[in-house]
Amino acid sequence: MRPDSQSVPSPDINPETAPIWKAAARGELALGYCASCAKYHHYPRSLCPFCHSERTELRMSQGKGTLYSFSTLHRVAEPYTLAWVTLEEGPSLLTNIVDADPATLNIGQNVHVVFIASENGTPVPMFTTASK
Amino acid sequence: MTGDNWTINGSAYIVGAYEHPTRLATDRSVGQLHADVARGALADAGLTFDDVDGYFTAGAPGVGPLGMIEHLGLRVRHADSSELGGAAYIAHVNHAAQAIAAGKCTVALITLAGRPRAAGETIVRSDFVGLDYGFDAPYRPVLANSYGMVARRHMYEYGTTSEQLAWIKVAASHHAQHNPNALLRKVVTVEEVLASPMIADPLHRLDCCVITDGGGALVVVSPEIARSLNRPLIRVRGAAETVKHPNGGYNDFTFSGGRWSGATAFAEASLRPADIKYVSIYDSFTITVLVTLEDLGFCQKGEGGQFVADGNLISGVGQLPFNTDGGGLCNNHPFNRGGMTKVIEVVRQLRGEAHPAVQVPNCDLALAHGTGGSLAKGHASATLILERE
Repeated sequence: MRPDSQSVPSPDINPETAPIWKAAARGELALGYCASCAKYHHYPRSLCPFCHSERTELRMSQGKGTLYSFSTLHRVAEPYTLAWVTLEEGPSLLTNIVDADPATLNIGQNVHVVFIASENGTPVPMFTTASK
Repeated sequence: MTGDNWTINGSAYIVGAYEHPTRLATDRSVGQLHADVARGALADAGLTFDDVDGYFTAGAPGVGPLGMIEHLGLRVRHADSSELGGAAYIAHVNHAAQAIAAGKCTVALITLAGRPRAAGETIVRSDFVGLDYGFDAPYRPVLANSYGMVARRHMYEYGTTSEQLAWIKVAASHHAQHNPNALLRKVVTVEEVLASPMIADPLHRLDCCVITDGGGALVVVSPEIARSLNRPLIRVRGAAETVKHPNGGYNDFTFSGGRWSGATAFAEASLRPADIKYVSIYDSFTITVLVTLEDLGFCQKGEGGQFVADGNLISGVGQLPFNTDGGGLCNNHPFNRGGMTKVIEVVRQLRGEAHPAVQVPNCDLALAHGTGGSLAKGHASATLILERE
């Protein structure tokens, strides 16, 4: 199942997050990285949420991770699967699982990023179990 | 009472509590509902609107508390609209006790009201509008699928089962049958919970709380005023609140902020979980109760499933009676915010005014706990421990 773009709300974009969505438009998943504590974070922000340094930057994720948990919302016109995916770089993020039968999903399963166009065309990162 | 030893333990008393009897307010406004519950709680306390010098609310129409202070015709010297979602009203008791201890007010009125059911709401969107809005909204988190993720992870890590979660609803329904105002009074079985439609797997419809209109109110006063009233003395022993958030992407779904707020509140009260005779636990979903009971220390982490099974939460049957009004799962969840009704049922239990079929004998120490926001992501946890003097 892959959501129709018209059902995917587009992200609010602000001056701090604009570069992240520019990366998404290139098909890249941007993470926050702090040069002071050498740790990735998500969502990216200018102030490191761990050591509060401002020596932060965007680094591109390999887009690979594992499924930490997921839940499919039924009783709606088109059921969809909310998930929390843990990336190889460390942080986890909220996302949807697409192009997969929810009944076959398992916690711990490998997933990788795909970009799905949202309502206004902005691509947003989602994840799938399907082979590339 | 300043410095390191400053505490609210004993600084304030709940003398008034009122739960609106309606569950569908088609013909009443939100302002009317606030007025109804304010009048009810003040009458219960034996006080009047003119006595109120502190006011607390969250999510009310208008800017913070301003609209309702005008609507209710109050003249206050202390106002607080701390917004912690459904946990707010439990935190407000804490804040009221602090304000009273600091001499900022003597009679604090706390109100909650709303009418989501009359407005036709059937699925509750989560308030994920933080700075991470752009990183949540495209994925359409609602409360049910967010809590569904928590339930699935808990099952994965600890072997918790849908049958064990169902026991929480079963216990609530056993209590609700005695509450004439409860939205759902039918006693249900584990099998019926499991047979109800899947909403956000692994959560079934009967794992989810109700959507109702109405509200509730509390009156918190100074010790001097409490002793001047001919009402049972319900003393604030300890209270705490915290916020647990996704921590830059390093989050563990299997515990809530209750681990922190509970420990702090128990320390302030100089009590342990074993001392508590009755608990009101915010039950937005069955999994919320299970995780909270573990985090507050009523059982070990991961053993919540075994703890809640086989009627252990049913008054007169199990070891830890919970939500004897039927809770949010069966009775009432006004404005999609369960904190207020949690405190009200604690007050009933401590006064001995719960329904006789669910009244806990010699109930002198009780706890209310609220969770506001999303257990999977950012949420507030508020714990309140009360004692009948």
